[in-house]
Amino acid sequence: MKKLWKGNEAIAEAAVAAGCRYFFGYPITPQNEIPEYLSWRLPEVGGAFIQAESEVSAINMVYGAAAAGARAMTSSSSPGISLKQEGISYIAGAELPCVIVNMMRSGPGLGGIQPAQGDYFQATKGGGHGDYHPIVYAPSTIQEFVDITYNAFDTADKYRTPVMIIGDGMLGQMMEPAEIPPMKDTTSIFQKYNKDEWAACGHSDGKPRIINSLRIEPDENEEFNIRLFKKYEEITKNETRAEEYQLSDAEYVFVAYGSVARICKAAVVELRAQGIKAGLIRPITLYPYPTEVIASAAKSAHVKKFITVEMSMGQMVEDVRLAVNGLKPVEFYGRCGGNVMMPTDLVKYVKEGK
Amino acid sequence: MHKITISGFGGQGVLSLGKFISYSAIEQNLNTSWLPSYGPEMRGGTANCSVIYSDEEIAAPVIDHPDILIAFNEPSLDKFENSVKEGGIIIINSDIVHKKTTRKDVKFYEVPVDTLASAINKRGANVYMLGVLLPIFGGEISEEAAIHAVEHVFESKPKVIPSNIECLKAGIEYMKKNLK
Repeated sequence: MKKLWKGNEAIAEAAVAAGCRYFFGYPITPQNEIPEYLSWRLPEVGGAFIQAESEVSAINMVYGAAAAGARAMTSSSSPGISLKQEGISYIAGAELPCVIVNMMRSGPGLGGIQPAQGDYFQATKGGGHGDYHPIVYAPSTIQEFVDITYNAFDTADKYRTPVMIIGDGMLGQMMEPAEIPPMKDTTSIFQKYNKDEWAACGHSDGKPRIINSLRIEPDENEEFNIRLFKKYEEITKNETRAEEYQLSDAEYVFVAYGSVARICKAAVVELRAQGIKAGLIRPITLYPYPTEVIASAAKSAHVKKFITVEMSMGQMVEDVRLAVNGLKPVEFYGRCGGNVMMPTDLVKYVKEGK
Repeated sequence: MHKITISGFGGQGVLSLGKFISYSAIEQNLNTSWLPSYGPEMRGGTANCSVIYSDEEIAAPVIDHPDILIAFNEPSLDKFENSVKEGGIIIINSDIVHKKTTRKDVKFYEVPVDTLASAINKRGANVYMLGVLLPIFGGEISEEAAIHAVEHVFESKPKVIPSNIECLKAGIEYMKKNLK
């Protein structure tokens, strides 16, 4: 049954339903309802919640729990996610599954607590050091947050890779009807994802299992990097997702993700009511990026131009330009600092070109 | 479909009035979104929320031009009155707001909601205001749906449910008499 859920709390309950039993975090606005909810909810289902002494500590606790084969999660907001980057790189390097939520706020530095999308580069291009990418999802409704969180743990386990789910203060704080799917059977997860073959759970066949990211021999580490990127190729092939909205005859194509995509959708509706053919491409995965969807739209004769809309000074617009590859103009409309554009701003931009 | 901005001091029940509308909309099988202002401005300062209900998919949860503004204090009226859609509605809590709107193209209601509600339940002003809204919604949200929403929100405090339902009904009656 559909209930009214606050974004952050819906993510937390969806994680529990997905079989997540361990959460490690440190408070920061605007994602506090996630740890707050899990602090009482996880003990109810036999799990554990720890408020760590810092974000660095929390992400390394995730590393430990994931190494032992558990479904583990952390959440934070922009400055806190920066602190976690070393740990995320180690988790990618140790090929461990986990889920990380970033409810973005404005930066740089401590910035502000209002909605922003300035962490796109950090999320999709690695964030920490070394050659790696987490899988990055950018849901735009509370129901989509629920569904993606519910499946993110499976995706993380399947590829043994960190999965990041990004939203912003608007999506974390708002309420919308959503339905939480049924609880997953946690007893079969270990076997289903062959965790007994690699997890350091202390009661295997007596052989020591070393899980780390230290590969001091260049040949060994190069081989590992190549293997990691083979995995990313597979992820790109299987997991890339985007929504196309009113694209079939669109002349003006917005490209936007998360909450901003909703504002663009409202602008598309308004523009079409005024006889202007607008459409929207909404990347649901930011890594892997839906390059093909954008590239194929760029080849469509009816498309006049792309307008990338972000709550930043322009980050995803670089990936849109790469996908469009010069075939059509790619423009950028952004607000930042915690300010949110309105549908009417976008209608005006399309009609007046500013 | 309505796009509603509710604004006032933190503690006036601004955010919970918005939640009541959203809960009622769900009971009515409508789509709804509730978007609060958040952060330090809530403590002692102003709080506001944007509430939308619709039988269609709700794209943007942000509202640039509400068709209903409910102002619980003067700064809220000053801040939002010019954003209201032409032909829209402005409702003030006239126990606290002692001025009128400058807009000539909207319907303006002065509701002494604190006084009216306190005769029934001193903490019932926001539920009373929910009642005031129902006739304005023109039957899109039924009294039964609103009653279910009140029962749901106060599930853990069943003692306060009857007086809140009384507030709700009094609000409905008030606006039935005063609807322009």
